[in-house]
Amino acid sequence: MENVTVYLFGKPYEVPSSLTIMEAMEYAGYQLVRGCGCRNGFCGACATIYRIKGDRELKACLACSTQVQNDMYIATLPFFPLVKAVYDVEKVKPEQMLMMQLYPEIYACVGCNACTKTCPQELNVMQYIAYAQRGDFAKCAELSFDCVMCGICSSRCPAGISHPQVAMLARRLNGKYLAPHCEHLDTRVQEVKDGKFKELLENLMQKPLGEIQELYNHREIEA
Amino acid sequence: MYMDQTMQDSIARVAAKREANLKLDPRRMTAEEKDALLAKFHPDYNPDAFAALDVGANKGDRVPKELKAILQGTPRILGKTVDLSKADYEADVLIIGGGGAGCAAAIEAYRGGAKTMIATKLRLGDANTMMAEGGIQAADKPNDSPAQHFLDAYGGGHFAAQKDLLCKLVCDAPEAIAWLTELGVEFDKAPDGTMITTHGGGTSRKRMHAAKDYSGAEIMRTLRDEVLSHPEIEIAEFTAAVELLKDEKGNCGGAVLQNMETGKLLVARAKTVILATGGAGRLHYQGFPTSNHYGATADGLVLGYRAGAKLLYADTLQYHPTGAAFPAQIFGALVTEKVRSVGAMLVNADGEVFMHPLETRDVAAASIIRECTERGKGVKTPEGSAVWLDTPMIELRHGAGTIEKRIPAMLRMFKKFGIDIRNEPILVYPTLHYQNGGLHIAVNGESDLPNLFVAGEAVGGIHGRNRLMGNSLLDVVVFGRNAGQNAAARAKTVTVGKLNCDHAAAFAAECQAANAATQERSPRLLPDYARH
Repeated sequence: MENVTVYLFGKPYEVPSSLTIMEAMEYAGYQLVRGCGCRNGFCGACATIYRIKGDRELKACLACSTQVQNDMYIATLPFFPLVKAVYDVEKVKPEQMLMMQLYPEIYACVGCNACTKTCPQELNVMQYIAYAQRGDFAKCAELSFDCVMCGICSSRCPAGISHPQVAMLARRLNGKYLAPHCEHLDTRVQEVKDGKFKELLENLMQKPLGEIQELYNHREIEA
Repeated sequence: MYMDQTMQDSIARVAAKREANLKLDPRRMTAEEKDALLAKFHPDYNPDAFAALDVGANKGDRVPKELKAILQGTPRILGKTVDLSKADYEADVLIIGGGGAGCAAAIEAYRGGAKTMIATKLRLGDANTMMAEGGIQAADKPNDSPAQHFLDAYGGGHFAAQKDLLCKLVCDAPEAIAWLTELGVEFDKAPDGTMITTHGGGTSRKRMHAAKDYSGAEIMRTLRDEVLSHPEIEIAEFTAAVELLKDEKGNCGGAVLQNMETGKLLVARAKTVILATGGAGRLHYQGFPTSNHYGATADGLVLGYRAGAKLLYADTLQYHPTGAAFPAQIFGALVTEKVRSVGAMLVNADGEVFMHPLETRDVAAASIIRECTERGKGVKTPEGSAVWLDTPMIELRHGAGTIEKRIPAMLRMFKKFGIDIRNEPILVYPTLHYQNGGLHIAVNGESDLPNLFVAGEAVGGIHGRNRLMGNSLLDVVVFGRNAGQNAAARAKTVTVGKLNCDHAAAFAAECQAANAATQERSPRLLPDYARH
């Protein structure tokens, strides 16, 4: 197997080229506590920055889903101090004023687009912040939906914006107040409360095993 | 982009048969066929992989050998001095674990007026809940009912579920979806508000609600945000529980915690405790890869069992049929069942459809293993053998753009390694996914140890011997909330006495006496992947 040289916090190690950055750290002997979560790109625990030797550009990625390259200088970013505004979702209103109160720094965005350029999920971060500025929470929620809250965008932001938290607020407002209301869910919740299915379930549970098996094996399956 | 010639040849055969396969509606297996298949090919039926417990409340019951080693391991606190008279933390309700069940419990315990604390081994939200992709079940449509949901889950779990728990699960499901929506979770809906629902393996009605294929992540980050919106809830991250504490009445009264970075031991005193520690995939039963979170090491089972709580169905695990089998960088990672819900079929190396794509997970996993072993119809991979999940079928059925809209995480996961699932099929093989068994609870969430509640994947019995897709996101919400409410109510009546952890030494002595002690320090806390 082909090996490559990676520099973990500046120190060189030879590792197989097929490994992810996270696996390369373990291959080198690190027992991870910080900077390791779902190991599959969903949790944002393993934000990492790197530079390829000789290259000016500083890149960012998730260590669990990025393959090593030769001459990669690697530093993990296991914690980044994002600002999370405390609010009561029951009491807030989905209005532009709310963003002004909770996350005023978004209006200091200088439009450098560093957040978008660095996002490991390839989200249009600056654009979703622009929607948040305008109070268009549905659009902000839609564009930010795949965010894993790793915080890399915020680490690059000259305006000190905590983008993932802004988007989190927008999504909750959208889910709770703006998305179309589901009538059949209300109906069913009320029916359960009224005990509509109680007898049906009790009868089912009391049946002898053979009868339940028969019901299960011959139940009609919706096409 | 597959470079291997054998894989390329196989892909050509798959592509040649795709049009014809699309028209197939494969027959579902009969009950007898399923039983025979499972007995021969499902890992739970491998007698060499299990051993009987020598000590404790389930003495004589068989469990996976890897689990036995830690259940009968050496307690981490043995030989250490901890001053139990001084509490570093005091709470009405102590929640151990900061995943979906832990956060749901915390929100309800807090609303119930309890001084609430979460101790979690990694970060808040670092949990299997975050990685659940496909969806959450609830019978909330007119053609469906909680009774139908019960029948599907009870049959899918081989008629072994603890009926009162399953009944609560299905009855509380619609309210759980409503509760999540009230918190701001964004479910996939039609413009008129109707939930967009699909089938999962073994469902008889389309009741799988989703948030694209980030369903668990969307639920988890919302629950976490809600917890963090109440600073009164105390949170200790990177703080694992290593032993439960009891008072002189024998009731649970807190836990010994350990700072994961400094190793310092700390005492948390509480009127009630909720174990919400999750699963066990990182124990890699029978050498399987896992779709689980880094911290999934069955800690809660160890703590509860040593303290006297009973286990139920600890011998049954779920192998998700479609773990990524290639490339190596994502070996074992979850490929959501939703890929099949939206139209992809499983085909072998010759492009032949060998099963109905939506059999229950245990049956599907066993069927894939049979294809790769006895039938010799697997595709050779660097790690072994695999079958194809023919993803290009999805857009042939539902049109271009469906994959990006419905399963963007899957598109992204494979794209990072040069595979475009819109045009190329993907290789899959079963991966260790879920702990069906766990600690036994009553319907109020309480274990056999008074004042110790359990919620989420650490519970056994809700799903019987196999769980349906979408019933564990549901379970963490329903039983997380339930435990939080009941633990908070109980806390109002409890006075905690003088704390001890004598049971740890007693259990260890019993293991020694039975010649059954293992050297392994337990709970394990994290897997050891470091190469030294």
